[in-house]
Amino acid sequence: MLEVNNIDTFYGKVQALWDVSLKIDKGEIVALVGANGAGKTTLLNTISGLLCPVSGTAKFLNKRIDGLPPHSIVELGMSHVPESRRLFPDMTVRENLEMGAYLLRAWKQKEETLAQVYELFPSLKERKGQLARTLSGGEQQMLAMGRGLMSRPKLCMLDEPSNGLSPLLVIEIFDIIQGLRDRGIAILLIEQNVRQTLEIADRAYVLENGRIVSKGKSKKLLQNDHIKKAYLGL
Amino acid sequence: MNIVSVISHRSFLLGLLGLILVLLATLPLFRASTYTLLLLTAIFMYIVLTVSWVIFSGPTGYISLAPAAFFGVGIYTAAVLGKVLPLPVVIGIGALASFCLALLVGALTLRLRGIYFAIFTFGLVVLIQQVLLWWEIVKTHTRGRFVIVVDNTTIYYVMLVILVLLLLTAYSIRRSKYGLALQSIGEDEEAAAHTGINVTALKTITFAMSAFFVGAAGAIMATKWTYIDPYIAFNPLFSFMPVLMAIFGGMGQFFGPVLGAVIFAYLEEVLITKFPYYYMLIFGLILVIVMLYLPGGLAGLVQKWWKGGLERRNANT
Amino acid sequence: MRILEGKKVVKHFGGLAAVHNVDFVINQGEVVGLIGPNGAGKTTLFNLISGALSVNSGVISFKDEEISGLKPHQICRKGVARTFQSVKIFPHIPVLGNVLLGSMFGKPSGMSSAAAAREANKLLDFVGLSAVKSTPAKDLTLANQKRLEVARALATKPKLLLLDELIAGLNPTETAEAMELVKKIRGKGITIIMIEHVMKAIMSICDRIMVLHHGEKIAEGTPKEITTSKKVIEVYLGE
Repeated sequence: MLEVNNIDTFYGKVQALWDVSLKIDKGEIVALVGANGAGKTTLLNTISGLLCPVSGTAKFLNKRIDGLPPHSIVELGMSHVPESRRLFPDMTVRENLEMGAYLLRAWKQKEETLAQVYELFPSLKERKGQLARTLSGGEQQMLAMGRGLMSRPKLCMLDEPSNGLSPLLVIEIFDIIQGLRDRGIAILLIEQNVRQTLEIADRAYVLENGRIVSKGKSKKLLQNDHIKKAYLGL
Repeated sequence: MNIVSVISHRSFLLGLLGLILVLLATLPLFRASTYTLLLLTAIFMYIVLTVSWVIFSGPTGYISLAPAAFFGVGIYTAAVLGKVLPLPVVIGIGALASFCLALLVGALTLRLRGIYFAIFTFGLVVLIQQVLLWWEIVKTHTRGRFVIVVDNTTIYYVMLVILVLLLLTAYSIRRSKYGLALQSIGEDEEAAAHTGINVTALKTITFAMSAFFVGAAGAIMATKWTYIDPYIAFNPLFSFMPVLMAIFGGMGQFFGPVLGAVIFAYLEEVLITKFPYYYMLIFGLILVIVMLYLPGGLAGLVQKWWKGGLERRNANT
Repeated sequence: MRILEGKKVVKHFGGLAAVHNVDFVINQGEVVGLIGPNGAGKTTLFNLISGALSVNSGVISFKDEEISGLKPHQICRKGVARTFQSVKIFPHIPVLGNVLLGSMFGKPSGMSSAAAAREANKLLDFVGLSAVKSTPAKDLTLANQKRLEVARALATKPKLLLLDELIAGLNPTETAEAMELVKKIRGKGITIIMIEHVMKAIMSICDRIMVLHHGEKIAEGTPKEITTSKKVIEVYLGE
């Protein structure tokens, strides 16, 4: 479904990603794990079109997407929920969600998708008339995720969705992510919470200093010594 | 040793500034023409308007469109009191009146966010203009006033003094802890408040200080125009000009506003005399081109050249 | 000694009761954890203590002096400092400048600029940011930005420090470093209240924990008591 090959991305003169390749198939949850500053967000931004790679290719559903503007990539069926949430602060919860369905294709099914999102996140339904900037941190996180789902994506990229959520909610979010996978949406998941992430992911890639240093089935990675020491605190 | 390394020496800069100041101060003694004096006075006035605007609006990001109101207060003070009190006192009162008005306005409006503050301050200009118009027509049955006449050389010197005092004030604010505090207010006002900065007081006093100099400038410029009425005194153009000149010259730097004002004023002068019918059009065009290609203003351009020179100097050592 | 006390604190936003009749007592030298589901009112409570928001009713006192109703800069000068969930550093000001502002403005009495600079440099050492002191704050990594916020708060010489989700977004190594820093701060005699979701961190350092839910305090006790409380497991901890 998504195929990234040998990507190099720069910020001005500084190289952030070296020869990064990954792929995601339909119905998978793939995790991208790594320290802060390793380049995870950079990679996501490159895939979703916010950054342009200097070399390498990216293909989504067999179409070349590197170099395309972000909105075209969203139209193809990819959704990116950024780590800093990037909500519209003076718009209500409902309006933020509606903005997620901006594309014509998604707009037509807006009410149906809205109902589904409210079902997944009942506290958003309770607050649907509230301004986004008055929500608590965790509620904002849920709203960002809900908005990402409004475009009815085939692939959803989530950048640290559990950030700032209570332990109970983290469990719920991870359940929701699995539920999405079961409904046929592929997920690319970036997380600090490595243990829980590897438990629900099918496969994972480990990014360090802009390079992929490990990859494979997550069960195997959980046994890997380096991973255990560096990321699981064991 | 290239020219940049010479110029960047502190003592050289200070010496240069001192020389310019002495030249300006003694200019009238060299029998400079009236035209030169008037042109320079106008340039000084523009610099005062721009730099005083940047003192507050630069670091805090609160775009104020009130300068015309403070300028007008100064003008009217000169008109009303000019015949009764000596010139220095009149200018002082004009400055103080603007200061007090700014304190009042600041206390009321500085809690308004961004665009609302800009609109309110602009509205203030029109409000005072209309109130004075009504007063004059209904209460005093007059329209406009005559202002005392002062000779051009005096006007020149007064303006120069106001300018120098303003630049000294701006410099000392910028270098003091209050300059840093003002910047922090512009970056994150809530965090600034939680760091112990009395945000309301600092904003209001800085706003009032910038108004002080504008009021003084208004008081002396009134004597050049000799006849004023509410429309002449409270002209919104004097609110827009400082903003344009500051952006044109570059807001990040200290000498940016000065550069912007000088070039702007001179350009206006040249264009008015050469193209009396089209000067506004050409002016606007130049502004658009500068904004498109020089987002840092003219000073940004100079900085790039400066940095290039420094790099070459460092590479050669 | 009671350093902070809240009596029947209430805050609503329109019809929504964000904090409802909350009583609390914090003793000097404690490290108290404040936990609860999202939207429970934790950050709102911090905002009420720091003066960012005003209470609708109830009283908050610091060292037996009422502070509810004072402005943030006044409360800061009295000795209460805080960090923010969305790290609020001054992005274009260099690291040293950020901390200097705290040294220069955060205390009731003045300080010479040389002394303030010395203090700011010492604090940068304390949190481990000396190497980047001229870097504009926006160019720091997240972990360093959080350290900077803490340094700036410490520059105001607080007796009470409120930490809002210090660990969110940090990886395990950075988390351990953050916990060490908190222990160092406690070693200086500063009382700490911390909002956190990372239970491991809370357990390792807090003497006491308060739990908020829907704006009300539903539990209070030692870490052990809280993690075994049925109510807390149901609304917050899960499993």
